[in-house]
Amino acid sequence: MDLAVEVDQAVVLLDRFPALAQLDLTLPVGSVSLIQGPNGAGKTTLLRLLAGLATLDSGSARVLGFDVATQRRQVRASVGMLSPDAMLYEDLSIDENLSFWAALGGHGTDAVGAALERVAMTGAADQPVRSLSTGQRRRAALAAVAVRRPRLWLLDEPHAGLDQAGRTIVDDLIGDAIRAGATVIVASHELDRVRPLATHVLTVAGGVVHRSEVREGGSAHA
Amino acid sequence: MREVWAVARKDLRIEWRSKVVASQVLPFAVIVLVLFGLALDADRSTLRSFTPGLFWVTVLFVAILTIQRSVSIETASSAFEALRLSGAAGWKIFAGKALAVAAQLLAIEAVMLLGVVVLYRSSFEDPVLVVTAALAATVAIATAGSLYGVLAVGMGVRDTILPMLLLPILAPVLVAATRAFDDGLSTAAVNGWAWCSLLACFALLYAIIGGVAYAVVLEDA
Repeated sequence: MDLAVEVDQAVVLLDRFPALAQLDLTLPVGSVSLIQGPNGAGKTTLLRLLAGLATLDSGSARVLGFDVATQRRQVRASVGMLSPDAMLYEDLSIDENLSFWAALGGHGTDAVGAALERVAMTGAADQPVRSLSTGQRRRAALAAVAVRRPRLWLLDEPHAGLDQAGRTIVDDLIGDAIRAGATVIVASHELDRVRPLATHVLTVAGGVVHRSEVREGGSAHA
Repeated sequence: MREVWAVARKDLRIEWRSKVVASQVLPFAVIVLVLFGLALDADRSTLRSFTPGLFWVTVLFVAILTIQRSVSIETASSAFEALRLSGAAGWKIFAGKALAVAAQLLAIEAVMLLGVVVLYRSSFEDPVLVVTAALAATVAIATAGSLYGVLAVGMGVRDTILPMLLLPILAPVLVAATRAFDDGLSTAAVNGWAWCSLLACFALLYAIIGGVAYAVVLEDA
């Protein structure tokens, strides 16, 4: 079984506070993992570690075979992260934003059209980001992740701020990613929404994985 | 090179839309030139002889604002994190950012040159030298500025510290550019091309150091 994520005794300190405290985690390629836990449990820090954005203070972590401490660029190039911030340029249109991220990732403009279509934003492609509603921004941010065609999707509260149609789009995107051979990790408080999709459910609290459950019938088994 | 152009084009497009540099930084440059003129107007020959120095001090002020704007484009909406996640080589992002800053500075300098002709009655004795020196100095300022801009972000310090970090590094560029303009505007008898060569060396040095250091900052930040 190929592993997408291997975390061993990971410690990440944020201002000397252990956001991750000797966390262990192993996830196979092609899995959909739900990370649940209370606020401040370390869910976002874990996603940031796996994206190569948080510094490992001790322990080790490998993402898709790359060491997050020594091969950050390869890790970052392989993952797509949806964070609470849109990570989009306000003065550019959605299309211009996606084209920019596609160009940086070495993808063609065909990826832009496909991503826009996937989040049902083709009609709003020329709208500047600053004119979008919260839900539209979320969709555009999702498209910006999709356009990079990541091998590991890290989604932080992906359903937040979305209407019913938008939530379905998120679920469909997760399904598409799995069918394309990617791995998806979702940090969410919307357990009823994500749980049916998940093959792994991880409960994080105090910077460690308290409970790990492997489920049958998630997206990876669909 | 596709990534370099993509970053530069993106920054210039954002400026075209927001017009922050055009509507705020450019008027600031003109105001500073006018204020220098008012302060030294008692003696027009003094003003003319000080023109190269006044011009480049103003360019440095303008450069700080332009670089802060270039940095704020990335820090807003966490786009800087997205850049780090893009997987693009750090030097390419650096080159694109510096290219956009240089293009904006050159446009402002063109207006400022017109300003010193009108306000200070300066004349170009060697236009080729003036343009070449301006190009080399601008590249040096843009590359050093783009590096220090991202350093300020990486260090988590406020952008108000940027002038303190950047101005000492750019002091040699200020001196060399002023001397080159002294020759180009015939305000002093110096070998402007020798100073211009020095400017080119600074530009090359800052570009190389910037490219390497930016990648390190982008990766480690």
